[in-house]
Amino acid sequence: MVQLPHFLTVSALLFAAGVFAVVTRRNAVALLMGVELMLNAANLNFAAFSRFSHNALDGQIFAMLSIVTAAAEVAVALAIVLNIYRNVETIDADQAGDLRG
Amino acid sequence: METTITTYALILALPLVAFVVQVFFGKRLPRGGDWLVIGAICIDLLLSLRVFFAALFFSSFASTPFVWNLRGWLGDAGTGVLALSTGIMVDNVTAMMLVVVTGCSTLIFLFSTGYMAGHRRYSLFFAYLSLFAFSMLLLVLGNNLIALFMGWELVGLSSYLLIGFLFEEPVVAPDIVPASACKKAFITNRIGDTGFLLGILTLFSFTGKIAYGDVFEAVRNGAFGDHATLLTVAGILLFCGAMAKSAQFPLHVWLPDAMAGPTPVSALIHAATMVAAGVYMVARLYPLFTPDALTFIAYVGAFTALFGATIALVMNDIKRVLAYSTISQLGYMVFGLGVGAYSAGLFHLMTHAFFKALLFLAAGSVIHAMHRAYHHAGLEWNPRSRENDAQDMRNMGGLRKAMPVTFATTAVAVLAISGVPFTSGFLSKDMILGGAFAFGFVENPQHFLIPVFGFAAALLTAFYMARLLIMTFLGTNRMAERGQKALRESPWNMTVPLVLLAVLCGWFWYNPDPTTIFAKGWVSSFLTPPASAVPQTLVAAPADAHHAAHVAAMLVSLFCAGAGFFAAWMLDRRGAISLEHWRLSGSRVYQLLANKYYVDELYSRTAVAGMVQLSRILGWFDKVLVDGVVNATGRFQTGLSELSGLVDRYGVDGLVNALASFVRDTGTEVRQIQTGRIQNYVVYATVGLIVLIVVTGM
Repeated sequence: MVQLPHFLTVSALLFAAGVFAVVTRRNAVALLMGVELMLNAANLNFAAFSRFSHNALDGQIFAMLSIVTAAAEVAVALAIVLNIYRNVETIDADQAGDLRG
Repeated sequence: METTITTYALILALPLVAFVVQVFFGKRLPRGGDWLVIGAICIDLLLSLRVFFAALFFSSFASTPFVWNLRGWLGDAGTGVLALSTGIMVDNVTAMMLVVVTGCSTLIFLFSTGYMAGHRRYSLFFAYLSLFAFSMLLLVLGNNLIALFMGWELVGLSSYLLIGFLFEEPVVAPDIVPASACKKAFITNRIGDTGFLLGILTLFSFTGKIAYGDVFEAVRNGAFGDHATLLTVAGILLFCGAMAKSAQFPLHVWLPDAMAGPTPVSALIHAATMVAAGVYMVARLYPLFTPDALTFIAYVGAFTALFGATIALVMNDIKRVLAYSTISQLGYMVFGLGVGAYSAGLFHLMTHAFFKALLFLAAGSVIHAMHRAYHHAGLEWNPRSRENDAQDMRNMGGLRKAMPVTFATTAVAVLAISGVPFTSGFLSKDMILGGAFAFGFVENPQHFLIPVFGFAAALLTAFYMARLLIMTFLGTNRMAERGQKALRESPWNMTVPLVLLAVLCGWFWYNPDPTTIFAKGWVSSFLTPPASAVPQTLVAAPADAHHAAHVAAMLVSLFCAGAGFFAAWMLDRRGAISLEHWRLSGSRVYQLLANKYYVDELYSRTAVAGMVQLSRILGWFDKVLVDGVVNATGRFQTGLSELSGLVDRYGVDGLVNALASFVRDTGTEVRQIQTGRIQNYVVYATVGLIVLIVVTGM
């Protein structure tokens, strides 16, 4: 029987993978992918806690909302990445330092 | 015939207004503004004549003087504490003085337009003359001691300004430097004025009054009480002022040097009017003088009369002869007042003002002509020797041909000053000598020296004045040939005053009877001595004693004048009028006289040297002690400030700097964290999260 800790473990692994991706990668698209991994780890937690705590659907709905929001966020972020590429001919996040103080 | 305050206010205001206008706008006015000053003084003369005739013919001031008061002038009139009022008082003496002052001023101002023509500071000269006229009129018109003192100081100031008028000239006559002469006059007068002021304060402290009438009234009512000696002291102190102003021995030293001023100034201020202020003051305060004080005054005057006359014997500078003659004549007036011949003293003041002004103006005319002659001939004056000196009588002689008007008028003045009958000088001098004769020979035989000095001075006066006339106008001219041709009579604006003054030297103005045996003239009834305020006064001589003394005195003085003229004539015949033989014989008496009894030397060795020494000691005290204390305080303060500076620099600044560098260093360290790389921040966030989890888990 799959219990709550299993979900949480998978979620934690997903989150750790996301963090690892965000910390180690320089490619802006890879960064976005890491962020998506962390978001989905959170969504998994929403669904899992909702299923195993009081058996209602509020957690799932939160997850749905989060997914939609993430989709919008990715759309904006990709547009930003594209614009960065147009301006500096690269999508290496470290190279886009024009606004650095 | 009534006089009003408007008249006197105008008399005072006109010269003052002229002075102010001259000072500020004189240069821009046509003719340097001389017409303004002369116009003001002419109106003054007319007003004064009106006052004088009102007094003479209508006896305006016979019973009571004209008095006008300005209340609350000094002090608080409301509480009456020390409330002093000033004002104007006019009586017969004032009326006479007004005419003398404005009359002489008018003629001399007119003369100045010729004498000073073309001078660089022509308009300023007239401004100063106007200031002098105002001051002298203030002195004469004031009704109280303070106004008298103010006028007194103001005439001193104008005298100072005018003596030093030629200040840019290094030397105007052998050993006369204008810039020093004016200081000498001023300082010598300060010495006398100290006494004068002390006298005024003594009177004020006993009576609490300053107006003449009030002071006399208070003294008469016994303000001095048991301190009658102090009244004598006050009188002598007051007379100290007169000694300086009227150049009485021993404060006479400034007057000969005052000849550094332009000659009209010498005529107006140092012969006719200002130097008579001392005599006027003694006459004005006559009721206050005790018999002792009057005796002192008589002795000083008589000695000065003889003293001045002896020095005048050997002087060669024409203005110096006249200066010593002025000293001598002022001595006459003073001892006239001192022996109780009050009206005679004032009479002589008036006649002397006219004939001495005339003598000085004539001398000015001669000097003017000599200067021009030397200038035309291209002969330069050598101040170190007497060569080409326009004021040295040894360079003159025979001027009567070139300058007939000046010669004739001078001759009249010489006769007048020597006391020859038919002149004004005979009348006034005789009255004085008659008074002295009665005082010294008839009433107080112990004071016989006073008339003796007076007669001796009369003899010497005739001698040196005749010598002056002979050396200047008679004989042959002793200047170089080239210069002689350029000698000319002075222009009309210089000769007209001479003629007018010469006319005033006639006897007929003063007394229809030139012998004074049958008629006494208007003066003795016009200028009657005021009643003494002193409890015990000099015993008045019986009228017939005076009369007898008068005839005797007249005979003696006639003999003296004749002897003087005769001696001069004899010396001239022997060709020794310049006293050159006497000088060359190396006589000690000649040396003594030529060096003016070494009074100047005595003063410069004692008083002046003492002052210099005292100043040195005070200077040392100032430099070493006072400056030492100040500098030590300064150094202490500097040290203290340095210490305080150290605390500030290292203590306070150190703390502030330490704080600042701590903040800066911390900032430098901490900014390392902020890399701008999102990865780093994520690591920090993750690590922080892990730390939080661990901490909350425990």
